[in-house]
Amino acid sequence: MNGEAAPGSFVEAAPLDISAAYAESNLAAIFAQLDTDLIGLAPVKGRIREIAALLLVDKLRERIGLATEPPPLHMSFTGGPGTGKTTVALRMAEILHRLGYVRKGHLVAVTRDDLVGQFIGHTAPKTKEVIKRAMGGVLFIDEAYYLFKPENERDYGTEAIEILLQAMENQRADLVVIFAGYKDRMDQFFASNPGLQSRVGNHIDFPDYEALELMQIAELLLVRLNYRFTSEAKTAFATYLERRMRQPHFANARSVRNAIGRARLRAANRLFAQGGILTRDALMTIEASDITASRVFAEPA
Amino acid sequence: MRITQGTFSYLPDLSDDQIAKQIQYALDNGWPISIEFTRDPHPRNSYWEMFGLPMFDCKDSAAIMGDVRRARSEQPGAYIKVNAYDARYGRQTTALSFIVQRPANEPGFRLARTEGPDRTQRYSIEAYAMDLPEEQRYRE
Repeated sequence: MNGEAAPGSFVEAAPLDISAAYAESNLAAIFAQLDTDLIGLAPVKGRIREIAALLLVDKLRERIGLATEPPPLHMSFTGGPGTGKTTVALRMAEILHRLGYVRKGHLVAVTRDDLVGQFIGHTAPKTKEVIKRAMGGVLFIDEAYYLFKPENERDYGTEAIEILLQAMENQRADLVVIFAGYKDRMDQFFASNPGLQSRVGNHIDFPDYEALELMQIAELLLVRLNYRFTSEAKTAFATYLERRMRQPHFANARSVRNAIGRARLRAANRLFAQGGILTRDALMTIEASDITASRVFAEPA
Repeated sequence: MRITQGTFSYLPDLSDDQIAKQIQYALDNGWPISIEFTRDPHPRNSYWEMFGLPMFDCKDSAAIMGDVRRARSEQPGAYIKVNAYDARYGRQTTALSFIVQRPANEPGFRLARTEGPDRTQRYSIEAYAMDLPEEQRYRE
């Protein structure tokens, strides 16, 4: 490591090796993990790389004494349910930790219920408690727009927002806040809270998955669970996805995970009903019938 | 007379940075922190007033330091200590406890003698500060 440079001075003699700094931060491992663990999401991965690059360069600038304002770290993740917002937030916490922007790098995921109290004077201690827990890491507020209820001006959510704002401003070195939720409702939320809007520097939008990506996700999940589809099951699952995607409350990867969970249940039931001696193969296989039994197929396409 | 209770009490007072590091050590060990204060520094007074609830699930000392500063501003002149509790089965006790604020002027203790039966002498100590009502003690 180079020694600390006096503020304002410019150290020409010590060349800065960005590749070395990159290697040292171990970011490559996180990016590789992002690529293998998360199917698709190309725009999100791109944005994360950009943010990481800015943070890394800022660290280097700081090292040679180029005064930098601390980069804006608070973020907003918008996108449909099951598009990987929480997973990416976990990785983001790790990235910020590796680069030295948060000291501990843990993620505290909360919703309105964890922040807002039930009666007067209950909200402030509750919110402060959550902030304390998240210090040194990342506070992830899921469905953040529920904090603000414009139809009820006495709603305690506003108080929670005020306390959050204060912490986001005064304890920037201790805490990074990520707001998450559906895009349109988050836009509305930020529009009605200009104070928040101006303090959230990075907006990342998570697109919905394509059918093909969902199929890849399903296969990745199966590999992790030590299961596999027969080729008929694979076709059946593709049809299932196509139908399910058109139905309401489709939650992308989460729906895929649930569908696989139910298919496993049916597979287990099938084996149980069949009785007798089982092979290792039978225990690993999901048949087409385990999928076509879904209620999604019961309804007309 | 400087009272010596808890860890580090024979050392010069810790700076805030040093306090933060000690707290971080406790948190890294998984010990939740609580803050307590008193105006009765008798060594046998083990029950100090709690300043807020014990802080569970904190990972970073910055969270606790905020409360330490708040305790100082709300209780100027009082003794304030930070306790770290080790809840592990088999230990279940305070693992680390040290004073983070003490009054500028500590008048010390007097020795009180009491006559017991058969001319035996009983000894006890009393803080001079205890002669005053609680809210008047340790005023600068």
